Amino acid sequence: MDASAIQKKLEAKFGGSVGPVTTGLLEAWIGVDPDKIAEVAAFLKDDPDTRFDSLSNLSGVDYPARGHIEVVYNLMSYAKRHELTLKVSAEREAPRVATVCNVWPGANWLEREVYDLLGVDFVGHPDLRRILLPDDWVGNPLRKDYVEAPSYHGISTVRESMLRIEPPSRE
Amino acid sequence: MSVEIEMEDGGGLATEEMTLNMGPQHPSTHGVLRFIVKADGEVMRKATPDIGYLHRSIEKIAEKVGWHGFMPYTDRVDYVAAMACNQGWAMCGEALGGIEVPRRGEYCRVIAAELSRICSHLLAIGATGMDIGAVTPFTHALREREMINDLIEELCGARLTYNYMRIGGVAWDLPPGFRKRVTTYLDHLEPTIHEINDLLSYGKIYAERLGSVAVISPEMAIGYGLVGPNLRASGVKYDLRKDRPYSVYGDFDFDVPVGHGEMGAVGDCWDRYMMRIWEILESAKILRQACEKLPDGPVIAKVPRNFKPPAGDVHVRVEAARGDMSWYCVSDGSEYPYRLHVRTGSFSAMSIIEELSEGLMIADLVALIATFDIVAPEVDR
Repeated sequence: MDASAIQKKLEAKFGGSVGPVTTGLLEAWIGVDPDKIAEVAAFLKDDPDTRFDSLSNLSGVDYPARGHIEVVYNLMSYAKRHELTLKVSAEREAPRVATVCNVWPGANWLEREVYDLLGVDFVGHPDLRRILLPDDWVGNPLRKDYVEAPSYHGISTVRESMLRIEPPSRE
Repeated sequence: MSVEIEMEDGGGLATEEMTLNMGPQHPSTHGVLRFIVKADGEVMRKATPDIGYLHRSIEKIAEKVGWHGFMPYTDRVDYVAAMACNQGWAMCGEALGGIEVPRRGEYCRVIAAELSRICSHLLAIGATGMDIGAVTPFTHALREREMINDLIEELCGARLTYNYMRIGGVAWDLPPGFRKRVTTYLDHLEPTIHEINDLLSYGKIYAERLGSVAVISPEMAIGYGLVGPNLRASGVKYDLRKDRPYSVYGDFDFDVPVGHGEMGAVGDCWDRYMMRIWEILESAKILRQACEKLPDGPVIAKVPRNFKPPAGDVHVRVEAARGDMSWYCVSDGSEYPYRLHVRTGSFSAMSIIEELSEGLMIADLVALIATFDIVAPEVDR
């Protein structure tokens, strides 16, 4: 099934929560409301025409100019051998997106990664903790306005150049 | 003096759950992985992976170094089979910039990528044997791997972090006589694989050690997003090179092997191990055809040094040695990528362990990690 046929199906079921098909530079995608994504995902997985049984990738992208964080879902179906991209836009200040963990268990870690690096709160996630960074890390490094702290537990994060070392004094 | 032994209500010795820390510096964890194991005796209740020890913020680096400059960093995503990572990144740039790679360039890529895949699978085979307790086959596998390293060194000057591909093609053409040396090597490799089978794969102790251990059903594998050999071991016949051909893989005739439970159940550790053996033989088939069909012409397209692809996003998938590596890349039209996210095969494989570990023996966790062929830097990036 192509994206526009799937979009018609979704629109009939979810109405205004599902946006139109947008064709970007290369691929078409469908926008979904952040609180409806779990239901849309479950529908797409179970519907006999779509059968999206696998979440191929889940990424987060920060767009400070537009004031939102985008979560991108690349779905694929082993049963039907087709693919689909869904995008969810969440408020940048307090991004909240419904979790799709219950639909695809593989989303668990992928959502934790987006939570860790971009600070998106996946509502209903069973185990939302940092995954790559230490638990006491401050900030979300993949946000465009992230400023690295000068040190972490007394370890400097500033690279000292060899060339800047003062020569030994001649005295 | 008498010793009082605590008994359980129903008879039998009373036991209690203990929490063990495995790693991050454990010899069987393939790099730096850590598990928090809750176990009752030898049987695990749960093994919770704790990752991030090798996080080098490669995705953040991509936003800082520019399109061409990021290529050497992709080698560090999965340094055991770096060619596929090179290719993934190159394909992101090409898809966004609308660049067509010359056919000879594509063939060079296929040759390099398949050599790198064999190289990676040989390490997986040897390391699985060693983790299970068979030390000698490791030396056999590494001996074969060294020869590929020599070949790849001729190709690009490096033995591990290749930095061979470029956006638009490959950096260098094949050196003179390279094709002959590849086919000579394959003539030697194929009998050696059968030797490894005699020595290791079909050995009674080895096969019984891995058969029916940590069985993954196809539904579970798909749900968790397992990819590549780990997915195919569970009986799902899906290979991007065949089912969604990229580069020039459509030109070649090869099979996609799947696990069929020869030593126990479909999707057990032995199937996952054996996938690597079968895939080496298939890669050898592809290599022979690629060497024979290699067309003439340039190996790289003209790409501006100050490469600025138009704004947009792209989702590129490459069949790496650890399976479908998924690259999501956003360009804002500038000379730096706006965002890159890589979902790797080892990442999915690690995430399944927590559910799978329930009821497994601690020693089987080692077998599981080994047959998943997890490379820790690929998990953390």
